[in-house]
Amino acid sequence: MALADTVFDSHQVKARARLMRLEIIKMLTLAGSGHPGGSLSAADIVATLYFGGVMRHDPENPDLPDRDRFILSKGHAAPVQYAALALAGYFDRGKLATLRKLGSCLQGHPDAAKCPGVEVSTGSLGQGLSIAAGLAQGLQLAGTTTPAADPGQTAGRTPPRVYVLLGDGELQEGQVWEAALYAAHYGLDNLVAIVDRNGLQIDGQTESVMALGDVAAKFADFGWDVDSVDGHDVNALYAALTTPNAAKRPRVIVARTVKGKGVSFMENQAGWHGNAPSAEQCEQAVSELQAGEDGAAATPATTSMGGDGA
Amino acid sequence: MSRATRAAYGQTLNELYAQGIPVVAVDADLSGSTTTAKFGAQHPERLFNAGIAEANMTDVAAGLALAGHVAFTGSFAVFGTGRAYDQIRNTVCYNRLNVKLAPTHAGVTVGPDGGSHQMLEDIALMRVLPHMRVLVPADFATARAAIRHAAVTPGPFYIRLGRAGVPDLYGPDGVTGIDPDSDRFDVCAARVLRTGSDVSLFACGVMVSAAIEAAALLADAGVDAEVVDVMSIKPLDVDTLVASARKTGRVVTCEEHNVLGGMGSAVSEVLSELCPVPTRRVGVADCFGTSGKPDELLAHFGLDKHAIAQAARSF
Repeated sequence: MALADTVFDSHQVKARARLMRLEIIKMLTLAGSGHPGGSLSAADIVATLYFGGVMRHDPENPDLPDRDRFILSKGHAAPVQYAALALAGYFDRGKLATLRKLGSCLQGHPDAAKCPGVEVSTGSLGQGLSIAAGLAQGLQLAGTTTPAADPGQTAGRTPPRVYVLLGDGELQEGQVWEAALYAAHYGLDNLVAIVDRNGLQIDGQTESVMALGDVAAKFADFGWDVDSVDGHDVNALYAALTTPNAAKRPRVIVARTVKGKGVSFMENQAGWHGNAPSAEQCEQAVSELQAGEDGAAATPATTSMGGDGA
Repeated sequence: MSRATRAAYGQTLNELYAQGIPVVAVDADLSGSTTTAKFGAQHPERLFNAGIAEANMTDVAAGLALAGHVAFTGSFAVFGTGRAYDQIRNTVCYNRLNVKLAPTHAGVTVGPDGGSHQMLEDIALMRVLPHMRVLVPADFATARAAIRHAAVTPGPFYIRLGRAGVPDLYGPDGVTGIDPDSDRFDVCAARVLRTGSDVSLFACGVMVSAAIEAAALLADAGVDAEVVDVMSIKPLDVDTLVASARKTGRVVTCEEHNVLGGMGSAVSEVLSELCPVPTRRVGVADCFGTSGKPDELLAHFGLDKHAIAQAARSF
């Protein structure tokens, strides 16, 4: 199914986000290790990108030259992207059960060589914004150059947009701010960064480990246009993600989120950054998510752990 | 004639783009020194200055490669490798991207800037990375050949370029008579520049001309040395190296690099398995550089024809 023309439907996006959370919990439980907290916090953001008609992309043609790009700079949240890619049809949902296992296409951190729909392998924090900046610049260049030097044959078209999702703890890496300078300096107006501002990192609260302060103000000072939204409000996310960049300005959306969102015992707990749930905890999380608050009917048939490829 | 290998950089990028190869370059406030500015002068829309930010420079190049361009990076060898190592490992190499690192000012021939700027560990750092290819050209013409080869060969490359002038060994003005523009020129081949029967001198970079001179000294002393230019350290031309070692039974490796981990180590790894022979490694003895003139420093660190000849007579 080509998703290029998907129309935003908040109920649909919420239902997908809830399904993604279920898949995240289940795949991490089966894997026995991984990162639930930051995967759950980003689920509504990623669902809006993939299922809200924000990104132009086609699961049946992952290499579509003028597709929009998504880079998961916080690569440890791989399960949230895997869940979205599986639900979109990039690969069989049954593969989610192979997360982190020998021979799997679903590596502990995203591996572009193994997993369809992953643009670039990530995992070492602080690099995604630089990669996204280069990619956005390269796509602009491709659209303005001669056919001989236009590998994507995109001359004359509007350059695709590049979306990059960063963690807030990740902003402690100095390279992020090198990239922030760079994107503003070169006026990369097809670049959209999203910061998953859940306020927690492995060792505790970001503000006590290494205070980030006003992230929006910092980006604004670096020359970016800034939006701050509730990162679990898909309507607000949709509005922010589809707002066009001002000419020659990169955009950042600071999305306030709850780490572990949707699972009561994981919410706002730094300890759930990098621990997989037990079978009992999985059961509780699944029942909570299936009884979710968004009003959409739970669909147990499509959350089977074996996967049906649908 | 004497020219620096770095002088080939920007000029060759211009040639490549003129041929329709979608090269771009990212530099880190050193575009004049690396000569990528020569490319920028002709194609300002394809040279990006990242400022003094080598980590970002490297990942921007990765992003440009993802968009389909052939992305070269500048900077000095010490910063372009060490400062950006995680970016090179986890993004460029792990993703096997079309990024070509060709930093300049490698080795002690940087000169007066001193030890902080004289990169002597870069070959070691780069050659252990999966998917990375490592080329250390000996002169201007082979630097140009290395850059051209990297541009048309998919995947990451490290090309080690220098600041100081080195004698032209190849091309119309070169003493070897070998033309790197020939269709038969193989960048990845180890090149036998002088045949000999008593000892093999395996050299790369600025040490190739020193090895040729050392062979002349040795000939005067009755020692018949074979000289091999090992420009490609990864992949290594194992067949040529083993054949030479088997013939002469003695090997001296010569490099402007720490004796640990560089070309001498790469050669020793291979020969120890396939053709163990007595070997001497001429290089910097696991220490940092120091200020001085390039020629003074080469002599100071035992990187000249006399040091090579002495090593060759020490078996």
